Amino acid sequence: MESLLNFFSFQDPNVQLVVLGMLFISLSSSMVGSFAFLQKKSLVGDAVAHALLPGIAIAFMLTGSKNPWVLIVGALFSGWVSILIMDLLTKRSKLKMDTSIALVLSVMFGLGILLLTHIQHSDFGNQSGLDKFLFGNAASLNLTDVQAFGFVTLIIVVLVGVFYREFKLLAFNYDYAKTIGLPVKTMSFVMNTLLVLAITTGIQAVGVVLMAALLIAPAAAAKTWTHSLSKMIGIAMIFALFSSLLGSFISYTQANMPTGPWIVVILTLFTLLSLLFAPKRGAFARMKRQRKNSLKINTENFLKALYHLGEKEGAQLDWFQINAVLEQRSFNKVTLKRTLTNLSKKRNLVLDQNRVKLTKAGEVEAKRVVRLHRLWELYLTSRMHFKSDHIHSNAETVEHIITPEIEKELIKELGSPLLDPHSSKIPYSNEHE
Amino acid sequence: MSKAQPALEVHNLTASYNRKPVLWDIDFTIPQGQLVGIVGPNGSGKTTLLKAIMGLLDPDSGFVELKGQPLKAVREEVSYVPQRESVDWDFPADVLDVVKMGRYRKKNLFKRLSSEDKRIAVESLEKVDMLQYADRQIGELSGGQQQRVFIARALAQQGEIYLMDEPFVGVDAATEDAILKLLVEMKEAGKTVIIVHHDLQTAFEFFDWMVLLNTRLVACGPKEEVFTKEYLQEAYGGRLTVLSKIGELISSKAFPIREKGFSEKK
Repeated sequence: MESLLNFFSFQDPNVQLVVLGMLFISLSSSMVGSFAFLQKKSLVGDAVAHALLPGIAIAFMLTGSKNPWVLIVGALFSGWVSILIMDLLTKRSKLKMDTSIALVLSVMFGLGILLLTHIQHSDFGNQSGLDKFLFGNAASLNLTDVQAFGFVTLIIVVLVGVFYREFKLLAFNYDYAKTIGLPVKTMSFVMNTLLVLAITTGIQAVGVVLMAALLIAPAAAAKTWTHSLSKMIGIAMIFALFSSLLGSFISYTQANMPTGPWIVVILTLFTLLSLLFAPKRGAFARMKRQRKNSLKINTENFLKALYHLGEKEGAQLDWFQINAVLEQRSFNKVTLKRTLTNLSKKRNLVLDQNRVKLTKAGEVEAKRVVRLHRLWELYLTSRMHFKSDHIHSNAETVEHIITPEIEKELIKELGSPLLDPHSSKIPYSNEHE
Repeated sequence: MSKAQPALEVHNLTASYNRKPVLWDIDFTIPQGQLVGIVGPNGSGKTTLLKAIMGLLDPDSGFVELKGQPLKAVREEVSYVPQRESVDWDFPADVLDVVKMGRYRKKNLFKRLSSEDKRIAVESLEKVDMLQYADRQIGELSGGQQQRVFIARALAQQGEIYLMDEPFVGVDAATEDAILKLLVEMKEAGKTVIIVHHDLQTAFEFFDWMVLLNTRLVACGPKEEVFTKEYLQEAYGGRLTVLSKIGELISSKAFPIREKGFSEKK
């Protein structure tokens, strides 16, 4: 608790640095990551992250300095080389994109590890700390690092702001952008450079191995919540920021705890929650929709069965035994209970122990379902030329789907028919018997 | 003055896909103000031809001119409607967003769209009967509605020449009617519309002018002249076996499609 206050009161200058650094990192990676995600370049991002390692190692070996600018230049260089190699392999050889990505990722990462090991075993004075690029260590950020990140973030925010519209078009429809004369090659170059820059700063927090998560997960989670690109980027930033702050806090309080894995764990949680609970697209919303549909189907089926019974007996608004209805159509116990509760709540029928009776409103509704069923059967035989003994099961499903507008169209197209293919009467709601 | 220029001239165009030639020395011209169908069987190179015209792939030989000039010079007058399946409709954008893309220009790269641009985008949506869906997420539209959004985007460009890749594929009756009505209007306004179309049945009904293609040009001209038994049989009656073998060889043996240093005599 004390450490929580300590951390989130931002009094400790060390903490201030970390928080500021994480702010920059999450802004830049979620912003650029959103575009990479929409361009279906998630894996490219992963490969580039891994491929930065040799560049960083070589930059260090050449200068002996851990100044972030030196390392950024090294990273930028090897990031670009890796993008070019992937492009070249895909275009000029028979290798497919996924193979090129896998190749570049593993080969460059292997090379990076070799160089890092070499650095650690030779007498470079201050070699310790380079391994933070593997898993990230936000707690070790210093002032120069944070200044550099701030500058890189500024570049990214400004360029994305300026090119926002063009980036959007490029991500949505590259060919079209090309045909209207946008400089697509230059734009892609800018976008790729921003990608490398964002990854370069991000790996200090989460490391090369997990960088793809920081790039992609916020965007993937955010996309489930909105249909607007600008809102999506905003939400992605919030997710990224929250996760990286929490991740840094945990690694700040626990000695030797790497930051990256924690950030990724929290991000994963966000993504999971988004996939479950997002409106419309979330699993939960889908379940609710399915439940609603199944209740609609069951209540309509019950009303229909009751109507059929009344049709047989010639008296619609009489009391009927529930068991008699069940002979028309079987329902399992739980469904039956739910269906009856719902129907009496909607005042479509009156329930009295083992008997039920349609209300006026219930009769209208029952007629509607039966009408849709019979109209559809007629449509199937007259328009689609189904045989009349093959139409029932189809109509059983479609009767629940037909909207009032489609119903009107059907009635118009079939010329307000009176009988269905089985010569049963099609009940209209405005007729009095 | 510009009326005298052909809308499109394709000169000796050879293009390949994965190093295999799919178009052999295509050569034809199309006058302005026509509804033109590019028609041919599956794999006859219709889409490749359209892409080559729009500069989306580099031809192995030949060139394309629109209104007597290279594409670069007249880009803003040429609108392209790609195949609907060529993009991911799950992209976070609404209908109006996409139509506004038709107003992007090289010269307004960093400028915001003007209210004039927005008005044009709205009008274009209206023309395809999609205005009531302006705020709808594009992924929620039906296939036909998506097609109409793409056409509205092209209309928003306010060009003279329109190239559409299979706009009638997988669309509902309402969309087909809307597109056909629009085509008539566009013809009346003197626009040239060139449409890749695979359905022979409707082609005769939809277009005035026809380019019949099967990896080579079979015929090009007013539809009555092109829609003859001989031409149709030539286009649809199967591949030229020897020609396909040559194509395979060029691809598998890595031969050049045109010899270097060879240039046509003017």
